[in-house]
Amino acid sequence: MAEPIRFILNGEERAIAGLAPTTTILAYLRQHAGLPGTKEGCAEGDCGACTVLLAEPDGVGGLRRRAVNACIQFIPSLHGRAIETVEYLGRGGLHPLQAAMVENHASQCGFCTPGFVMQLYGAWLTGALTDRQSVKDVIAGNLCRCTGYGPIVDAGLDLAARPVPDTRAEDAALAERLVALLGGEMFHYEAAGGAWCAPRHADELADLYASRPDARLVAGATDVGLWVTKQHRDLPVLIDVSRVEDLRHIEAGPGRIYIGAAVTHREAASHLAEVHRDLGEMMRRFAGYQIRNAGTVGGNIANGSPIGDLPPALIALGARLHLRKGETARSVPLEDFFIAYGRQDRAPGEFVAAVEVPTLEDNQRYFAHKVSKRFDSDISAVMAAFLLTFEDGVVSEVRLAFGGMAATPKRAAAAEAALVGQPFDAAAADRAAAALAEDFAPLTDMRASSAYRLKVAENLIRRFEMELRDNPPARVSLAREFA
Amino acid sequence: MDETRIQDRGPAGEPSLKELHEKSPAQPSDIRGGVHKTLPHDSAARHVSGMARYIDDEPELPGTLQVYIAMSSRAHARIVSLDLDVARRAPGVVAVLTAADIPGQNDYSPVMGDDPIFADGFVFYIGQPLFAVAAETLDQARRAAALAVVDYEDLPAGITIDEAIAHAEAEGRDLLPSHTMRLGDADAALAGAPKRIRGRVEVGGQDHFYLEGQIAVAIPQEDGDVIVRSSTQHPSEVQHNVAKMLGVPDHAVTVEVRRMGGGFGGKESQPALFGCVAALVALKTGRPAKCRLDRDDDMVMTGKRHEVRVDYDVGFDEGGRLQAVAFDHFVRCGYSSDLSAAIADRAMFHADNAYKLPAARIHSRRLKTHTVSNTAFRGFGGPQGMVGIERVMDRVAFEAGLDPLDVRKANFYPADGSGVTPYHMSVSDSVIEEIVEELEASCDYRARRREVRAFNAANPILKKGLALTPVKFGISFTTSHLNQAGALVHIYKDGSVHLNHGGTEMGQGLFTKVAQVVAEELQIDIERIKITSTTTAKVPNTSATAASSGSDLNGMAAQAAARTIKGRLIDYAASRYNVSAEQVVFLPGRVRIGNMEKRFEDLVGEAYLARVSLSSTGFYATPGITYDRETASGTPFFYFAYGAGCSEVVIDTLTGEHRLLRVDILHDVGQSLNPALDKGQIEGGFIQGLGWLTTEELWWNDKGALMTHAPSTYKIPTANDRPDDFSIRIWEKGRNPSPTIYRSKAVGEPPFMLAISAFSALTDAVCAAGDYRVFPDLDAPATPERVLMAVEAVRGR
Repeated sequence: MAEPIRFILNGEERAIAGLAPTTTILAYLRQHAGLPGTKEGCAEGDCGACTVLLAEPDGVGGLRRRAVNACIQFIPSLHGRAIETVEYLGRGGLHPLQAAMVENHASQCGFCTPGFVMQLYGAWLTGALTDRQSVKDVIAGNLCRCTGYGPIVDAGLDLAARPVPDTRAEDAALAERLVALLGGEMFHYEAAGGAWCAPRHADELADLYASRPDARLVAGATDVGLWVTKQHRDLPVLIDVSRVEDLRHIEAGPGRIYIGAAVTHREAASHLAEVHRDLGEMMRRFAGYQIRNAGTVGGNIANGSPIGDLPPALIALGARLHLRKGETARSVPLEDFFIAYGRQDRAPGEFVAAVEVPTLEDNQRYFAHKVSKRFDSDISAVMAAFLLTFEDGVVSEVRLAFGGMAATPKRAAAAEAALVGQPFDAAAADRAAAALAEDFAPLTDMRASSAYRLKVAENLIRRFEMELRDNPPARVSLAREFA
Repeated sequence: MDETRIQDRGPAGEPSLKELHEKSPAQPSDIRGGVHKTLPHDSAARHVSGMARYIDDEPELPGTLQVYIAMSSRAHARIVSLDLDVARRAPGVVAVLTAADIPGQNDYSPVMGDDPIFADGFVFYIGQPLFAVAAETLDQARRAAALAVVDYEDLPAGITIDEAIAHAEAEGRDLLPSHTMRLGDADAALAGAPKRIRGRVEVGGQDHFYLEGQIAVAIPQEDGDVIVRSSTQHPSEVQHNVAKMLGVPDHAVTVEVRRMGGGFGGKESQPALFGCVAALVALKTGRPAKCRLDRDDDMVMTGKRHEVRVDYDVGFDEGGRLQAVAFDHFVRCGYSSDLSAAIADRAMFHADNAYKLPAARIHSRRLKTHTVSNTAFRGFGGPQGMVGIERVMDRVAFEAGLDPLDVRKANFYPADGSGVTPYHMSVSDSVIEEIVEELEASCDYRARRREVRAFNAANPILKKGLALTPVKFGISFTTSHLNQAGALVHIYKDGSVHLNHGGTEMGQGLFTKVAQVVAEELQIDIERIKITSTTTAKVPNTSATAASSGSDLNGMAAQAAARTIKGRLIDYAASRYNVSAEQVVFLPGRVRIGNMEKRFEDLVGEAYLARVSLSSTGFYATPGITYDRETASGTPFFYFAYGAGCSEVVIDTLTGEHRLLRVDILHDVGQSLNPALDKGQIEGGFIQGLGWLTTEELWWNDKGALMTHAPSTYKIPTANDRPDDFSIRIWEKGRNPSPTIYRSKAVGEPPFMLAISAFSALTDAVCAAGDYRVFPDLDAPATPERVLMAVEAVRGR
């Protein structure tokens, strides 16, 4: 049953056996593959020094490439995929990006540099480098402590100006090899007392998880990876849901978007941006680019973090969560999924299959705003998302959802009650803001104090009201005007 | 020259003059890579291709043990018992070592002897090392450490500055003696001033967040010797501490570092701990040992920038001219001395920044808290002191109803040299007036001030702020004896050069600059020079690469070494070819001897055959540095570096979020050794300073546990925090009147403090939120939360 992990590393086929399934790609590269160019800066996906480029068949004969943090990805996730490291990029002399980095004086201590190189290179190959802002967004998950970033951005712009080479022929050939390596069946890897299964279909996943409810589901490993690298937990059985085809679909139907649980944040972002610009902006600032490349919508919801950004944003929209256990499927309003801190409405062996997000009606107004210490790649102090439905100039329905205000993502019942059935004017916004104190008694922690969280939550209701006015005050939002 | 002539034991002979003339060298007009040239970092190509090796990248020797350091979970406690039996029996464990296993002194402190390698009886902060586990894998070591049973008896702990003050009063003493500087009669001048204001600004600490965490690898040698590879700015101190810990002479320990993945002061005194632990394991087990810290452990275990509370009392006139200033600094040192005395001193040395204070009293208390011992960080206390006086400037301008820039300009040290600092040093090289004039014009300050006012009048929610602040930073170690450096230069008989010096490379480009100096001195292309790892075996008794002094000191030392060999080559050539020494001239790639020219390598080859020594040390000691603590006076600095920055910000008065919109910098580096590297220091320093003053918040819980110990919670700037509109100019008129290496000026630290302009601009924007009616007591870091709370305060809510 158990097979080796078969993949392509820097152009060469490799097979891994005997290493624990929770061995990170970074540990493998540095300690086993003799490739120390990829660095560990934080081992939690927050600094980007470990960035490598993954490629996998896109299902239509080509490759889908994405840069990920090697420090929190597990080696079985490489199966049937190809990985490139910084050593490979420079194999035939400096790549134009590397040369541009040298010419622009874009490295000082050099430790973060390989991560920036791979991140920019991957973004360029996938067409994500267009203008200065795109370069900065792409590297917002890469930390440099020396340069102040200007020279790196300039090097990225130099690269952006170069045409992306046509690699379709090579890509097709590589995709073919990878399809062969992956095989058609569920992948099963065992070593050092740990097991990893990667089912291909939701039915397989359902059967497997129902029989092994003690297993941990993993997709992008952007959270589970830290359980290993930071909490040093043993995860003897892991089920990789990222290969489950029917969890990777996005259907943008009339009136709703259906997002499979294994859809990555970056795949979902463009669809969410179409629902409302605030969702697009939130997704732009959602973690770092590499995390958005790996992390999944289902994971962000299923982990039940009180500070996850998506749940409040989607609760306000009235999203429903689809769950499945064995043969049984059910759906719940997203807000009902979160019961208490660390506790969700999910039975053993049950998994999140999809989230269904209604799009906006003409008489609905939506607002989402993320407040964090740092604009990019930070966890929210407060995440607020509001939806108002108007009928005849009064609020007929209201959904005010918050993250960071309670032990779970939560709606503000008292504040909602203060708004319903009335026009949404400054006085109403003030009343709702005042009612928030009944809804929430937020925590003080390293991200923000209780008083600040409450004050910001109040002010965001006020801002929403200002933005909806016929004659709003000039320049209401920093995020819009000066982002 | 015929290659065979200079082979070892090969046929030697005198080349004929005819032969030499036939090989007349090419005559390039200049060398590649001399001084004042823009060159990339020597390792740039290796950085971008992943080929630059850091210590953890070196292939491990067979049998290398991995070391985990177990930490205290209490801020202040007596260790009642420490049971390590289960840990010792855990899988893969080879050794568990405690204070009792240390043969020499259980101390890794730089000065005062109060930093135990392993806790001995008591713990003084959460994260203090208790013991080390060495195992076959790091995971095994970490898991074994978790099996230890530690029984603590908690003792009262002081975490905050307020608690530290209370603690000090109860104990009757501070961690270190306080220090006072006095100029004139400040009390009388304050009492007699037309206007007088008191206030306070709290300035938070900062984690270094070097991308490469702390690491040391120790390799045992014969006779009980040990080689330690350490990511350190201070190899000699690691060497000395390891020797002291092992109870062996310094000569038994060799410490080496090729490069660090960032240092910023965090690898000045801190690496000694990890060097000691790795060396102890190596000596106890006979196996190589690696001690590499995880990011979280690194941030919890190692020291940070000092948090400082600055109380000010300022007297001034209607024109905003200062009459007197009194500062009280309350410095949060952490549990031990480390370098806090010198750091707190430097905060005082920069309490005047660029302003001539007619009368001043600066008092500094060095407080003990039960938190990690704070340490060196770029600026070394200077930035904290400078924030104090810049807050005073903003406050005085507000109270006098003047533009803050006008108040600043009214108080600058004059160019005529008549200014005297609060430590009684004449400021003879002040160029701050000229720099600020130039920047004020080039950044269009006055027009933008009007635009900011107009914007604020039209916008109720968003408010802009603008500020232009100066920097004057004293260059030299204020601990006078540290101002020395050594170098070692070999010229091999093929004309290639091996360069070594006591400075360390942490990304700042020191190695490139020093190589440029040697290339210039010998008039050879820089490619001929091999830059080599810093090692205590080649250059002894070095100072830390710190205090911005790296190129000033090591450039001079390397120049001296190269000059010595050059002198011998001149003597040889003059004697061999019967010309005067003046007739031997080093030209690019060649040497003119009378009417003849020889390639550099040919002259070197000849000199070798003539048995001329082609290796030399070089040494430099900065002249004229003194400071007398008794009188709090002297000349602690060789010269000052100057600069100015102008920042424009916008704040959101509903959330406190803010953005930096535009930055203009004009900075004096004298005659730059390498403008590209200097600009890199300026931009990088500014952004690091920006992080310190805005997003980088250290947060301890009430038990004294640091909760911001990873990039997920501790937020250094990203690319999107840097404004696109960012102009950095090196001041073209910059000259160093002091005889430094090619009249350059140090640049490592001074630009960090240009970011105070952003902090002042934020203060200005908050002031605008209250329609300029109330002055905001905004503290640093000005997180969105602090900005919003300050906005609420100025609006009277």
